[in-house]
Amino acid sequence: MTAPLHEPTAEAAPSAAEEAAVASADAKAVQGRSLGRIAWERLKRDKLALTGGAVVLLLIALALLAPVITSLLGQDPNEYHENLIDPLFGTPTGSLGGVSGDHLLGVEPVNGRDIFARILYGARISLLVGFLSALVAVVLGTILGILAGFFGGWVDSLISRVMDGLLAFPQLLFIIALVSVMPNEMLGLTGTGVRVFVMILVIGFFGWPYIGRVVRGQTLSMREREYVEAARSLGAGRLYILFKELLPNLVAPIIVYTTMMIPTNILTEAALSFLGVGVKPPTASWGQMLSSALDYYDSDPMYMVVPGVAIFITVLAFNLFGDGVRDALDPKGSR
Amino acid sequence: MLTYLIRRLFAAAVMLVVIITVVFCIFFLVPKWAGVDIASSFVGKQADPAAVEGVRQKLGLGDPIYVQVWEFFKGIFVGRTYTGGGDTIHCAAPCFGYSFRSEQAIWPVLTDRFPVTLGLALGAAVLWLILGVSAGVLSALKRGSLWDRGAMVVALAGVSLPIYFTGMLSLAIFVFGLNWFSGTYVPFTDNPGKWFTGMILPWVTLAFLYAAMYARITRATMMEILGEDYIRTARAKGLREPVVIRKHAMRSTMTPILTMLGMDLGALIGGAILTESTFNLPGLGREVLLAIRNQDLPVIVGVTLITSLAVLFANLVVDILYAVIDPRVRLT
Repeated sequence: MTAPLHEPTAEAAPSAAEEAAVASADAKAVQGRSLGRIAWERLKRDKLALTGGAVVLLLIALALLAPVITSLLGQDPNEYHENLIDPLFGTPTGSLGGVSGDHLLGVEPVNGRDIFARILYGARISLLVGFLSALVAVVLGTILGILAGFFGGWVDSLISRVMDGLLAFPQLLFIIALVSVMPNEMLGLTGTGVRVFVMILVIGFFGWPYIGRVVRGQTLSMREREYVEAARSLGAGRLYILFKELLPNLVAPIIVYTTMMIPTNILTEAALSFLGVGVKPPTASWGQMLSSALDYYDSDPMYMVVPGVAIFITVLAFNLFGDGVRDALDPKGSR
Repeated sequence: MLTYLIRRLFAAAVMLVVIITVVFCIFFLVPKWAGVDIASSFVGKQADPAAVEGVRQKLGLGDPIYVQVWEFFKGIFVGRTYTGGGDTIHCAAPCFGYSFRSEQAIWPVLTDRFPVTLGLALGAAVLWLILGVSAGVLSALKRGSLWDRGAMVVALAGVSLPIYFTGMLSLAIFVFGLNWFSGTYVPFTDNPGKWFTGMILPWVTLAFLYAAMYARITRATMMEILGEDYIRTARAKGLREPVVIRKHAMRSTMTPILTMLGMDLGALIGGAILTESTFNLPGLGREVLLAIRNQDLPVIVGVTLITSLAVLFANLVVDILYAVIDPRVRLT
């Protein structure tokens, strides 16, 4: 047994201390940087990604503060303003779908609800479902992906087949069908609560194979690396290797796939509400606003443009930010 | 090649059984666990218990699960007989059951709606492959040019736009504003010319999203492949650039594209549902939405099954194409 290198013996102590000082000065010059730090510095230079990120933060703030903002403006998402509606055609009076100082983005046809207030409240549903369903997918995908990659054998075959199968299925059709056969009361939730809960679960469930496949591949390749072998030879248990050696190295790909999954999930939620199986009226959601706008695309185009653009901006912002995060975390990228 | 084919066919057959079982379980067992009674949803909200009991007997909802699954399989492959509630109905194969609402057999409804969705999906797939791949290749060849940047901006916008919003915009602009198209569906058998013009907008709408994704992927793949050694070898041999691109680079670029195509066929069905409901096309997607509104479970099951099977079949075709394009695949 040789003594550990950096434990100086008594006589050698002064020179060792000197060496350590020199070494730390060297380290300062080179400065070891963590992956997170490198990524952050690269991300800071990527203007498009930063813009996307800023828009995402703004949207989250708007969604959280929706009740405050609407009450400051004196509006309510469910209040009718029938005096602003042309009784003959059912469309808003005034230009651009009834845009005014009170109603920043106009009012809905027929009942005259304030579109801006409904867009803000709709953002809450979109972001809530987008984030939480991504969380469900990440948790499931990470656990099953690691299990498949780490244990191999029949565990791997089983999980991989299930992932292939789920990926090849007509997912939206299954999501639509599943969401619609789910009951209207569950775990004490009713109405909008249960719809949102069901959507989060179902969208998340169909999203996990995307993350699972990546995690499995990474685990498979890392399992054979030297540092895992080193840990194993030092007597580390399976759980230690899983949590302390493998999981930290999976963080980067998981972050990348999560940021790319959120916009997809937002689109799925909007699609479900558009098709009438998601959030039910009178609760405001972007997809459901678009679906009622389908009847007015010729007489009141503003009504369909507003929620459409809201979805577009949100998804685009997430995509830009996600692309930036992917490039920043890519170890092959230029430093 | 033959063993490859046999293995693929066998795998497809296994998937077929799995899909039918899974679909059955999702639609007949999940509601049961969640406390929804299928028999009473068939009869209606205020039904008398005797009628509900009759339906339960007839549909075999009281039987053990494996018997129900077996009957379901039997119905699809050889036909089944419903007995109970005082009468007997024979349902010939392929039997997908009867609609809860119209009490019509489901199979003829499916075969009636299927061509509309198939036409929509196939046309869109052809369009997006041509558009996406050529835009991606051009971008990769002229990297950093105005064309490249423009195409990538459009592609990024394309992946961020919901299909139904693009569809509604195109309806507002081209049907209502410019009056270029009529906006009503004409079946192919009635008038192929009118069918074609009527399908242009739905095709473009559906293809736009995927063309955007494929352009991004093609560009990335092509750029990677152009940096490979064998491309340099081909150039060093004195081959002209178009030959290098077409014969050497394109072939490798197509492999991942084809893999993606196989995986996206399922998603394509989802896109088709949204497109059908935006443009009011009488396909499977609109049928399933109607069924959901009417809580017509057998129709939902029928559409889900038939589309899953179509995707399964299309994947088989993609797998075979795969072996044709990439000789390495045949060996494994």
